[in-house]
Amino acid sequence: MNLTANSFIKFYSSSIGKKVIVAITGLALIGFLLGHMVGNLKIFAGPEKINSYAAWLHSMPLVLWGARIGLLACFFMHIFTTVMLVIQNRRSKGSRYVYQHTNKASGASRTMIWSGIIIICFVIYHILHFTVRFANDYDSSAYIDTMGRHDVYKMLIDGFSWLPASLFYIFSMALLCWHLSHGFSSVFQTLGLRTDKTWGLIKASGYAYSLIIFIGNCSIPVSILAGWLT
Amino acid sequence: MNLTLKVWRQKDSDSKGKMETYVVSDIPEEASFLEMLDIVNNQLIESGGDPITFDHDCREGICGSCSLTINGVPHGKGKGITTCQLHMRKFSDGETIYIEPFRAKPFPILKDLMVDRSSFDRVIESGGYVSVRTGSAVDANSMPIEKDDADTAFDAATCIGCGACVASCKNASAMLFVSAKVKHLNSLPQGAPEKTKRVVNMVNQMDKEGFGNCTNQYECEAVCPKSIKAEFISDLNRQYGTAIVKDAIS
Repeated sequence: MNLTANSFIKFYSSSIGKKVIVAITGLALIGFLLGHMVGNLKIFAGPEKINSYAAWLHSMPLVLWGARIGLLACFFMHIFTTVMLVIQNRRSKGSRYVYQHTNKASGASRTMIWSGIIIICFVIYHILHFTVRFANDYDSSAYIDTMGRHDVYKMLIDGFSWLPASLFYIFSMALLCWHLSHGFSSVFQTLGLRTDKTWGLIKASGYAYSLIIFIGNCSIPVSILAGWLT
Repeated sequence: MNLTLKVWRQKDSDSKGKMETYVVSDIPEEASFLEMLDIVNNQLIESGGDPITFDHDCREGICGSCSLTINGVPHGKGKGITTCQLHMRKFSDGETIYIEPFRAKPFPILKDLMVDRSSFDRVIESGGYVSVRTGSAVDANSMPIEKDDADTAFDAATCIGCGACVASCKNASAMLFVSAKVKHLNSLPQGAPEKTKRVVNMVNQMDKEGFGNCTNQYECEAVCPKSIKAEFISDLNRQYGTAIVKDAIS
């Protein structure tokens, strides 16, 4: 056991080890995004479907809290480790070139830390808005449906009817997908799961996945603002 | 050709350097970049100035001695070439050219454009030996190696250890260099017995020298004079991960 712990510490202190942690936690978060989006798209099937889906999730507190804690741990590890990598990287470079030139690094790859920071702010806001329900009345009796369940449908409609919230959501989704467009293929690179033969497919899948997440998630506030969901 | 050169001048590793401007004229188009610097240096010496210090040796693209970051690109613009293979005809008359050293903490500047790349030597050293049969000479081709493996090992072995990968990386990561060295020896049966130890030791030494972490931007691949592929970095990640797991359970 002690030996395994030692091996992990050795692994984590290496540059590759830290990157593998970023990749694995990133992969978990990428997976969550799809599940979360598919669940929320039930809003298009009407109040009954999405409210019963939410009630079903809450009927398994152990699973729900296990997933929440696991995701938060991944989120925290992902951020903590990347910050450590960024600090090390700045130190390694030392002086900067007077004449700056970029050959092939993508815009997304060069702004990961900035897109990441804005995504953190968004996640905090998003959790306070719909999960903790801070500074709103989404926990009140007005948000109980006829079956006595929490009225998630009404909460989403009201939440996204406020234009600034929807705009911030869409802006954050755009940044998230910008972040993913580099992150998705990076997972395969870092975990040693790519060759030149598969690289084209992996990159294309990354762009497609990012686009699906963007369109799927943004369809909700857009439909609410357009009045298609009431 | 008439050119304006902005050159990094630095007295020694402890001094603070700065860009200095040199206006040069009558540079022949057919001169190589290093020959252009030779001409400038001759003029500087004749006028009692301090010549610009830069690294060079074979001047045919195989030794890995020449460096220089030209207009922000290690070895200058041009696919798969070293600075000594870059010719002045690639520039236009009247152009301003920025010449800087390979910048990275593990490559401290010794003087002007010359950097100390011995950190690479220590990484190679940490890779250790390959086990070979000693005694009587081994028959040629007695150890069959599949063509694909031989080709991959040779592709990796073309790395000349110039350090352009580190210089181009915004994190000063040496992953392309280390991955090429690991791939070279670990792809062949001769390097197989020490495979696990080699990858762990080389990555550890790379970290110890203070090289940064790869952020998968592939700037290294774009500037490598020997066109080493970033695919090898992915392979290095896999080999390192496997080695650590093996180490933990054995």
